[in-house]
Amino acid sequence: MARGRRQPTRRNAELVLLLFAMGLVAAYAAAVEANMLDRVTPDFWVPTAIIGSFFIALHILVRFRAPYADPVLVPAVALLNGLGVAFLRRLDLADADPAQRADFPVFAGVGGRQLAWTLAALVAAAALLVFVKDHRSVSRYAYTLMVTGIVLVILPAALPRQYSEVNGAKLWILVGGFSIQPGEFAKLALLSFFAYYLVRKREVLSLASRRVLGIDFPRGRDLGPVLVVWLISLVVLVFEKDLGTSLLYFGMFVMTLYVATERVSWLIIGLLLFFGGAGLAYSLGASVGGPFTSFYERVGTWLDPFGDPYGKGYQLSQSLLGLGTGGMFGTGPGAGQPTQVPEVHNDFIFAGMGEEIGLFGLTALLVVYLLIIERGLRAGLAVRDSFGKLLAGGLAFTLGLQVFVIVGGVSKLIPLTGQTTPFLSAGGSSLIANWLLIAMLLRISDAARRPATGASPLTRTTPTAAAAAPLQLRELPTEVVQ
Amino acid sequence: MNAPLRRVGIVVMILFGLLFANLNWVQGYRANSYRTNDLNGRVQVAEYERPRGKIVVGGTPVATSEATTDELKYLRTYAGGATYAHVVGVKPVNGAATGIEKLNNDFLAGTDDRLVGDRIRDMFTGRTTAGGNVELTLSKAAQEAAVAELAANKKATAGAVVALDPGTGAILAMASAPSFDPGPLVSHDTAAAEAAYNVLDKDPRKPLLNRALSETFPPGSTMKVITSTAALQKGLGPETVLTGGGQYVAPDTTTPIGNAPGVNCPQQLTLKQALTISCNTAFARLGVEQLGVDALRAAARGFGFETEPRLAGDKDNVFRVAASSTGDIKDPDGTDDRPALAQSCIGQANVRMTPLQGALMAAAIANDGRQMKPYLVEKLQQPDLTTIETAEPTELRQSVSPQIAATLQDMMVSVVTNGTGRNARIDGFRVGGKTGTAQAGDSGDDHGWFIGFVMKGAEPIAAVAVLLEHAGTGGSADAARIGGQVMKAIIAERGLR
Repeated sequence: MARGRRQPTRRNAELVLLLFAMGLVAAYAAAVEANMLDRVTPDFWVPTAIIGSFFIALHILVRFRAPYADPVLVPAVALLNGLGVAFLRRLDLADADPAQRADFPVFAGVGGRQLAWTLAALVAAAALLVFVKDHRSVSRYAYTLMVTGIVLVILPAALPRQYSEVNGAKLWILVGGFSIQPGEFAKLALLSFFAYYLVRKREVLSLASRRVLGIDFPRGRDLGPVLVVWLISLVVLVFEKDLGTSLLYFGMFVMTLYVATERVSWLIIGLLLFFGGAGLAYSLGASVGGPFTSFYERVGTWLDPFGDPYGKGYQLSQSLLGLGTGGMFGTGPGAGQPTQVPEVHNDFIFAGMGEEIGLFGLTALLVVYLLIIERGLRAGLAVRDSFGKLLAGGLAFTLGLQVFVIVGGVSKLIPLTGQTTPFLSAGGSSLIANWLLIAMLLRISDAARRPATGASPLTRTTPTAAAAAPLQLRELPTEVVQ
Repeated sequence: MNAPLRRVGIVVMILFGLLFANLNWVQGYRANSYRTNDLNGRVQVAEYERPRGKIVVGGTPVATSEATTDELKYLRTYAGGATYAHVVGVKPVNGAATGIEKLNNDFLAGTDDRLVGDRIRDMFTGRTTAGGNVELTLSKAAQEAAVAELAANKKATAGAVVALDPGTGAILAMASAPSFDPGPLVSHDTAAAEAAYNVLDKDPRKPLLNRALSETFPPGSTMKVITSTAALQKGLGPETVLTGGGQYVAPDTTTPIGNAPGVNCPQQLTLKQALTISCNTAFARLGVEQLGVDALRAAARGFGFETEPRLAGDKDNVFRVAASSTGDIKDPDGTDDRPALAQSCIGQANVRMTPLQGALMAAAIANDGRQMKPYLVEKLQQPDLTTIETAEPTELRQSVSPQIAATLQDMMVSVVTNGTGRNARIDGFRVGGKTGTAQAGDSGDDHGWFIGFVMKGAEPIAAVAVLLEHAGTGGSADAARIGGQVMKAIIAERGLR
């Protein structure tokens, strides 16, 4: 980055991209109506306009609070979020009486609720941008976040079944008709802790090592925290019956460990531990049963979903049939029958959309996800401090891993696990947590691109946090961009 | 820390690459098999979005689609009813389709590649054009005659009729009794449809079974046509003198073979006479003493025994055509089982034949030995009745040489003119045939058979096979009469008289 030159904020680019994304969402909504109502109603654009206004509000906030933030993140996420809401509304229309479809209220049904959740998620994201002026300040609460994270992970496992189990996965806290997926927030809290912990310990973890077969292996006593996280992820796997979340936590940790230490040995140890644990759980499920049964059965369903097409394999086989029916180009928005796939609002939303937008549409969605992830990683590359690098890289990678786990699950690439599809699936917890993740990436990318000294060139606000922060966080080792 | 972060970026790219590759596999390579999977309810609803094509017999639709007001927009209706049920088949909402409805499903549903022009036009006009029409080879008169005759016969518990055009292999009639009403099976009330299916499925008379194709029976004396063929192929002639008599005891056994009641078989008679009066003792002795198992089997194979028969275009055997077979006639050491051979020569022991096979045999003889592949679909038409495809007859095999075919024609004409097949006679036409009375083996009365053909001079017009299950005494005479009636119907419909 050239110093002394004026650094463009790219806010106008963000606005243009955002309007373009909303245009796509509106076109999608129009196509849905054309196929489901045989005509496009004059107010087809209303839901898009409402959600678009939320995003514009966020955009305005970003102009003031994170003027140098990456301009692609908000429009890309807004596109996914907007399409998600539009697709959920399309599912509501399918369930509604054909005569009343044309007048279906904007805030009714799952789609309407998701629209409200979007507002809540954006408020949360805005709050984070307002209150966290410098991402490094998060590291001050690292241990609090760790405790919070562990409690959030353990809570559903510890709670009695009627307060925590939905569709066989104990991932929830169910209170008075309200359901929260604490794991979605736990992953953010834990990741912040990992980033803090590893930045402090990276010297010791990367230097003290024993060389075996040309690979540097860490000392036994440094393995402690790794084993703790491994155990947590196994607890999740066995007691919450969820391979996906387990994989997510563990993958997240191994990745940050690797980035912090630059030691390939950690990757090898991590992968061995995870696959060894999963293999053990599988063979225990086959022989002992008990808490391991559900994992064993899931693997069986994955291997042969059509073996029990009306029972255990029903979800996955219907998902595959839906994807296959869509084929290359899909049936068109609103022209398929995604409601034939169970759980199409949540876990299987990708398969439901895939039937209608086809391979081309899904590929486009994957590219949008990839864009968000690469932008997050780029923020990590550009930001100057190690904590920021690790946090941004970890957040971006976690998002990518989650997309991989759920999309791979519904398309029979890996065993199916109950993960939400970020920004698409119905559900407040997931949406809020993932928008918080994006807000954090915005904050970090803002710090990365902000001129090191002096005032912002386009706005007259004077960000002082950047100058003041290093003093407050003196114990953090900082690093010059390589 | 930037180098490992970049590598993480590569890992993410690889993971997404895997997702992309897998989606290509699911939505590209495997898409078609998922789309057409029986468990896939999506296509099913989509199939009812446009009217299914008609199935037509001689210009009259026997299966059509009618608009409804429910979620499935068109209801399949079968004007042909039970008369055409076994040929047309059914297209139920749930469960497997059968018959032509299954064989030509893509074309009827309009998803066949040959209708792609219509589909593209639909995209621009916004209309939903119907699926394509399928015109069958069936002769309306022959089919109705066959069904009426089978229903009118009080002796038989069940029966089947097949009529072919010997020159082309076109199936002119295919009836199986008892039949069923296909209407309730395609009801949009799927529970009612399933109940209706279960009633038919559990009926001990097996109305869903197409006896014309899917069931084999001992051929009885119709087998003597094959035994005669083997003799002619061995160099014997129609005037070759055989030993008949009232009884024949094959070697290695003490059980005598006699003749049917009323058949007075002289001690010495020609091959032609033996066929005409259906002399069991002469054919059993001929087989054991002069032919042997291999010659008999070769003759049978020439007519299509021991093969996996298929209707044209039906690679997957949607119509469930059963194979006919001479069965096991050899001892474990590989030598001829002579008592079984004696029985096999007169169509008992382990010989089994479908009515279709009987008709194919008669057709090959009438067509100078050339056996044509049987087919049911005459034409595929676009919804606007433009013909897209017309059936092209294909030769299945040369069953016998033209000379032997001519000799067999003469011998079989003699059967109808002077012998057991008199009931099939048609004035002004050359009718040949062979009756058969087959012991049912298990229990119940004997089956009655007739296989035969009608020719105008040297031109073959039709070949038939009639089976009357457990018809008992006089069954074969009834079968001959029915065969004659069906052939007459074909002649009348073509205005040949």
